[in-house]
Amino acid sequence: MPDQLLFAIEVTLNGLMAGVLYALVALGFVLIFKASGIFNYAQGVMALFAALTLVGIMEGQVPFSHLINAIFGTDIHHFGWHVPALLAILMTMAVMVLFAWLVQRFIFRHLVNQEPIILFMATIGLAYFLEGVGDLMWGSDIKTLDIGLPQGASLWVEDNTAWLGGEGFFGFFIDRLDIAATIVAIILVAVLIAFSQYTKQGRALRAVADDHQAALSVGISLNFIWVLVWSIAGFVALVAGIMWGAKSGVQFSLSLIALKALPVLMLGGFTSIPGAIVGGLIIGVGEKLFEFFIGPMVGGATENWFAYVLALLFLVFRPQGLFGEKIIERV
Amino acid sequence: MFYREAGDFSTTYPQDSQTFPIKFDRYRYYVVLAIAFLVLPFVMNDYWANAVFVPFLIYSIAAIGLNILTGYCGQVSLGTGGFMAVGAYSCYKLMTAFPEVSILIHVMLAGGITAAVVTLFGLPSLRIKGFYLAVATLAAQFFLVWLFNKVPWFYNYSASGQISAPERSVFGIVVTGPNTEAWAKYLVCLIFVTICAVIARNLTRGTIGRTWMAIRDMDIAAEIIGVNPLKAKLTAFMVSGFFVGIAGALFFAVYLGAAEVGESFGIDKSFLVLFMIIIGGLGSIFGSFAGAAFMVLLPVLLKNIFVGGLGWPTDLAAHLNFIVAGGLIIMFLILEPHGLAQLWRLAKEKLRLWPFPH
Repeated sequence: MPDQLLFAIEVTLNGLMAGVLYALVALGFVLIFKASGIFNYAQGVMALFAALTLVGIMEGQVPFSHLINAIFGTDIHHFGWHVPALLAILMTMAVMVLFAWLVQRFIFRHLVNQEPIILFMATIGLAYFLEGVGDLMWGSDIKTLDIGLPQGASLWVEDNTAWLGGEGFFGFFIDRLDIAATIVAIILVAVLIAFSQYTKQGRALRAVADDHQAALSVGISLNFIWVLVWSIAGFVALVAGIMWGAKSGVQFSLSLIALKALPVLMLGGFTSIPGAIVGGLIIGVGEKLFEFFIGPMVGGATENWFAYVLALLFLVFRPQGLFGEKIIERV
Repeated sequence: MFYREAGDFSTTYPQDSQTFPIKFDRYRYYVVLAIAFLVLPFVMNDYWANAVFVPFLIYSIAAIGLNILTGYCGQVSLGTGGFMAVGAYSCYKLMTAFPEVSILIHVMLAGGITAAVVTLFGLPSLRIKGFYLAVATLAAQFFLVWLFNKVPWFYNYSASGQISAPERSVFGIVVTGPNTEAWAKYLVCLIFVTICAVIARNLTRGTIGRTWMAIRDMDIAAEIIGVNPLKAKLTAFMVSGFFVGIAGALFFAVYLGAAEVGESFGIDKSFLVLFMIIIGGLGSIFGSFAGAAFMVLLPVLLKNIFVGGLGWPTDLAAHLNFIVAGGLIIMFLILEPHGLAQLWRLAKEKLRLWPFPH
């Protein structure tokens, strides 16, 4: 096979892996949007916050140590213990559930029946708030997250694909972390689908997503469902935070993946879980291939905007996205 | 007692439809203008101009622009930063290409160029609505920033990739470049703000403003009663782009002096201006000023309290700034979704009945 084609295939494979990571973030958006009609801009910051909390707990950092030191003139920073990864993940999950409850109790309960755009702006406010809290709690320096996921290029894939090309081709370069992320994402989606199909809470959740008032009338507690769905979104954010954090370090730029997830959503439709996944894959592959073929001609770094422009062009022809419900407007 | 219409008779139609129907408001407006033009320039110093007044005035223009688009016409835009960059870069190109033409004309032209670019990016709004449009404007934001970063023609092939404003003067007074006096910066911005605010106020209460508001409230219904959505939406984008472009040009030429696109006109600038109009009040010119003042003063105030007063490190103050800004936005949306402008309106209603509220 010609080298150019092989490289294109490699780029496509890497794009697929990146797309899975985008889809992970987009999933959190879709879940909340379906269940409560809130377009949660804070999803990316939630991922950052979850990752920060996980690292903080694992390293035994003292929360708010900067603030405490500034007020009392002390010099504390660590408890001096290390928490094993699994326990730390569980503890972080508990924090995210608490966060979900707080958000529901103190923000969105007071905003029921407001226009969607007001809710959207409230989540932007929430994103800023949470970012500040995260930095204040755990400090804003870049942290490394290591919970024992495999890292580095997969030699197995390289060895087994080297025969495809001729001289100078050493097989496809695929990061093992990406493979792990893909597997985790598949498991996550399977669990979510099983949860929403076969459990009582999952069914209640789908009922709320379908029709709030009808769900209320058969005795489903909206408050509980909303806390539940924010907790699930927190869990998805934690998974996304772990994957992105392990890939590129836990830092502020992690919260910007929320912005990357937006075109994914637009492409897939705001209300569709398969849409989030397919959209993620299309965006991931599309931006990598575009950067590979067109990027060198226009100066590179096209990944910054390609996804948005693609989504924009797509929407002009199909305003509800790939799998979204058809928008019907009445006066 | 003195704040009411009673006894103030309108004898002509222009009097009947004036912006400030209450005599007290009218005088207050003239007093504010007089103080801003005749007193403040003489007491202005570098700190107050650079930390408070100049950014406040420039952000006010940007907020008025975004408020026309989002508050009056209902089209949410997250591309304000990128559009300000268009204003800044076109101003820079004009300043360096035609050094003999007055900077004031360049700023206006930069506004015009931005209006054209924004109208182009507004075209999809005819098909895409709501959130989808908000996300689509992100395309403009990221694409424009990338463009100004990657195409060296825009920054005149300078090695650093920065643009820096050459020295230009108006009537012999230096207004751009490093040798600008504080009061000159302030006065230039003030003149632009005053003109923009008067234009915006009169546009929004005329026919065109009413068509914008009809589109905002329900575009299909507006279309049925005979509002042309193409015209209404695109004019909103155009007017908004003009103001945002002027703001961008002033921000670069007068306030910053030198700018790098990702640093000065990034996505956080878009959100900052959006916050201003949310906190100030959507669909209100006064709200744009109030919101801009609030968002400019808040960090200065917090910094003075925490760093100056309590002696905490600056990064801590920056984090607290995030928390307070985010918290305030949520609080405003819960308590008063129509922002500071609505509080102002309520206060005026109360004042009209004072001191006999029953």
